[in-house]
Amino acid sequence: MRRISLILVPYLWLLALFLVPFLIVLKISLSDTALAIPPYTPTLDLSGWETFRAFVGALDMENFVWLTEDDLYWKAYLSSLKIALISTFFTLLIGFPIAYGMAQAREDWRPTLLMLVILPFWTSFLIRVYSWMGILSQEGYLNQLLLSFGLIDEPLIILNTPVAVYIGIVYTYLPFMVLPVYSALEKLDGSLLEAAEDLGCSRTSAFWLVTVPLSKSGIIAGSFLVFIPTLGEFVIPSLLGGSRTLMIGKVLWEEFFNNRDWPVASAVAIILLLILVIPIILFQRNEQKQREAEG
Amino acid sequence: MNKTLLTLSASVALSAFAASAEEVRVYNWSDYIDEDLLYKFEEETGIDLIYDVFDSNEVLETKMLAGGSGYDVVVPSGTFLQRQIQAGAFQKLDGTKLSNAGNMWDVIADRTAQYDPDNAYSINYMWGTTGIGVNVAKVQEALGADAPLDSMELVLNPANMEKLADCGVHFLDAPSEMIPMTLQYLGENPDSHDPDVIAKAGPVLEAVRPYIQKFHSSEYINALANGDICVAVGWSGDILQARDRAAEAENGVEIAYNAFAQGSLMWFDQMAIPVDAPNPDAAHTFLNFIMDEHNMAAASNYVYYANGNEASQAHLEEDVIGDPAIYPTPETLENLYTTTPYPTKVQRRVTRLWTKIKSGT
Repeated sequence: MRRISLILVPYLWLLALFLVPFLIVLKISLSDTALAIPPYTPTLDLSGWETFRAFVGALDMENFVWLTEDDLYWKAYLSSLKIALISTFFTLLIGFPIAYGMAQAREDWRPTLLMLVILPFWTSFLIRVYSWMGILSQEGYLNQLLLSFGLIDEPLIILNTPVAVYIGIVYTYLPFMVLPVYSALEKLDGSLLEAAEDLGCSRTSAFWLVTVPLSKSGIIAGSFLVFIPTLGEFVIPSLLGGSRTLMIGKVLWEEFFNNRDWPVASAVAIILLLILVIPIILFQRNEQKQREAEG
Repeated sequence: MNKTLLTLSASVALSAFAASAEEVRVYNWSDYIDEDLLYKFEEETGIDLIYDVFDSNEVLETKMLAGGSGYDVVVPSGTFLQRQIQAGAFQKLDGTKLSNAGNMWDVIADRTAQYDPDNAYSINYMWGTTGIGVNVAKVQEALGADAPLDSMELVLNPANMEKLADCGVHFLDAPSEMIPMTLQYLGENPDSHDPDVIAKAGPVLEAVRPYIQKFHSSEYINALANGDICVAVGWSGDILQARDRAAEAENGVEIAYNAFAQGSLMWFDQMAIPVDAPNPDAAHTFLNFIMDEHNMAAASNYVYYANGNEASQAHLEEDVIGDPAIYPTPETLENLYTTTPYPTKVQRRVTRLWTKIKSGT
């Protein structure tokens, strides 16, 4: 009995916070737009078996067909995938040295360094992205600085370009990479490196042959933590990117708010979820393997 | 201006906590009222006012159709109002609570009845045209002294736009206005609901797309006033506000507004009460306050839009009532066109076309 209730709790959680919302969105994605409150038809009627059957009969796949007919959506999915992959790569490129440096620092400094990584979270995410607009704009601080050093003659156009989106994403998600990598590196046993060097390994190859493989779990966890939310990111591309930065989060917002087309917006969301399910399952598997290895 | 309004709504909201329980929540366009009026309303009525702003009919409609927006007064434009009335989003006005209704102007009321029969659900707040704002000196520098400042040629002819791209061009992010405008340019019926006709607007806008810096419906006010951009397709009063801000800043920027010589869209922003408004009584009080001739005149004098309140005209400043860009002459009035709402399936085509134009895919 106790076992059942133990299993029940997480499943209830999953049911309430994942499955039910998913089914609601799925239902909307199969309906048609309508001029009504809410703006789609049919709405669920559970008053009797006949009305329920009529409800089910009115659902169709039309919106999914519409998605396949229009290349905008595929381009947006692919472009989001590309942006998410590149951003994850750069976050790793910048985040790993930071985490490595933190793990190498003196033990009494580490809490302070950890604090410094977390500190930006104390300010609203939106304000931090807004301040990047001030830094990157044509009259912004970055351009003023570069101009005053004579490094450039004309202000660089960064804001409203994909570059600004990458900067925003890498900046925002950096802690999600640094923290798991740091926690993996911190557990690293220093004597392993000494042993490698004693056995004739150079410091560089010891790094690649010992440190990196042992921090693999942290790198994988960090990469997923960056990749998954970036794929559906909406705020950063809409504030920092121009209208040419195509991301599925923005398309979704436009379907919902500009087109008032809830059924198509829901269909876009369902496909996005299906695309995300694969990396999420991989992530879960990785976590599980790690736990088994540790346990 | 947006920032001041935001802080304002925050401070008004804060004072709500301190004072009595009755409050009214108003959702209006950005840069669209004299803020002093908001304080005056609170003082006169003792009702706390929470004032939020938006800059897109589409966003407002999403909130209305989702239901439960929590607002007591909202301000959709005519075509959007008509659709939302059909969707059952608004409640009928109670004439007995609107003692100032006699101030309204029949010339405008006749036209708004096209969207809201008998004006049963709404009152006119402001009306205006969608036209073109230019930084005169910069445009003439780019195109010569004979630049067509009041013509669609300026913004829809790629040859002109190519030369203007460097000094900056903004377009409204409003498909329901930009597509009809392009159809008007092509000599088609701007109010066409035929998907094949609507599709003709695509190539024209795509040809000038590379030279448009941004599609946005409120940023152009400051951008024009600061000299960051030299051309904006925008709403009459917004561009006139930009003209005034530039004049006040004495930054040497001279802004001019013109309705299109080929004919401009005439639109009406209507105040209405959502069907699920938490406080419809206070909403009526707010509408009646706005319909007061002095208050309406103060609002128009501040935002440079014409209003639908005949009695207020006695209190309008000369640079408002006397400016044909705001109160058009009868001849110009004939050159203006209005539109009707798109059916849902056509709407999808229009917005899809717009996304395609904006994103270049």
